[in-house]
Amino acid sequence: MQVDEAPLEKAFDATIGAGDRIEPRDWMPEKYRQTLIRQVAQHAHSEIIGMQPEGNWITRAPSLRRKAVLLAKVQDEAGHGLYLYSATETLGVSRDELTRRLIEGKQKYSSIFNYPTLTYADVGSIGWLVDGAAICNQVPLCRTSYGPYGRAMIRICKEESFHQRQGYELLMTMMRGTDEQRAMVQESVNRFWWPALMMFGPPDGDSPNTAQSMEWGIKRHTNDELRQRFVDMSVPQAEALGVTFPDPELQWNEERGSYDFGEPDWDEFWQVVKGNGPCNTQRIAHRKAAYDDGAWVREAALAFAAKARADEND
Amino acid sequence: MTENQAEWPLYEVFIRSKRGLNHVHVGSLHAPDAELALRHARDVYTRRNEGVSIWVVPSADITASSPQEKDPLFAPSGDKVYRHPTFYDIPSNVPHM
Repeated sequence: MQVDEAPLEKAFDATIGAGDRIEPRDWMPEKYRQTLIRQVAQHAHSEIIGMQPEGNWITRAPSLRRKAVLLAKVQDEAGHGLYLYSATETLGVSRDELTRRLIEGKQKYSSIFNYPTLTYADVGSIGWLVDGAAICNQVPLCRTSYGPYGRAMIRICKEESFHQRQGYELLMTMMRGTDEQRAMVQESVNRFWWPALMMFGPPDGDSPNTAQSMEWGIKRHTNDELRQRFVDMSVPQAEALGVTFPDPELQWNEERGSYDFGEPDWDEFWQVVKGNGPCNTQRIAHRKAAYDDGAWVREAALAFAAKARADEND
Repeated sequence: MTENQAEWPLYEVFIRSKRGLNHVHVGSLHAPDAELALRHARDVYTRRNEGVSIWVVPSADITASSPQEKDPLFAPSGDKVYRHPTFYDIPSNVPHM
């Protein structure tokens, strides 16, 4: 049966225009659905892959307190991934399909997680800068036009604040330590600053999806707006911590009321996005191994549930 | 990876955040059975004391109204304005009303 989509599209546009939310059983343009699946799945994958760089340090945390904190943080990342997978599934794509697309490289995750964590200070830098950048990105998404995505973001944002504060506190503790520890913090910040700026995506001129996403209320701010906001928030935090950012062009612009800053290395960004970052292969291989190694658990649990149902019916 | 193995069924999760409040839908998760769905719900949705009680319901068992039929479905309440207290004019000098 051929359905006339014109009135449906009009109702959809009216809902978006009124600032109302779209819910799973509403009619929506196929391109809106596909854009959301791409964005929310990429976000979910980022949370799941994001467990790896920090998980790397759980067994080597310097104290029981740090270990408990790091475990809780990595567990949160898993939780965030699950909230977001749950939101993606309301768009009509299965969890298995999403996992498959990640493992086969058909869907992306944030390029930041393709950088290695070489020292314990990196756990702090990730909390402060990477989660800080994520918060900048995510707070406006609490008002995104797709209901389940916005609700997932609200839960996530509530928990991200713990992530950023534990990272900053970790770095503050190291800065009160030895010269060697302070140098370790600065070296870590030097490595993570530019990749953190790249987390906001390519410059607005090279971001073909932004205009449509903003029209649909999926995105609320452009990549460059959010990047500027992040720089402005981070500079005073760096000063309070006693570290510098590796950018000679970074300076206050009285006229704009914002910091001017240098251009990230976009060639590096595209290389990492295309799979040539330091850890791309390792991250996906690890995820695939975890999925394959867990297959017998998933199957056994299903078999156990089926048997319990059969016993009940006897 | 293993192809076409059955996926764990989907459950919807409802949480009572504290005594005196209703259970509210918070999201969904996959689990092999209801008991494990409850345990997963605790880990996924109540890591910070968000709840005192959890319900899990197989998503397939939920019957929902369709957005397309919202006009006929909700119209009967639309024209019964007398169900609302503001329908009735009470003089302002009458107390506690």
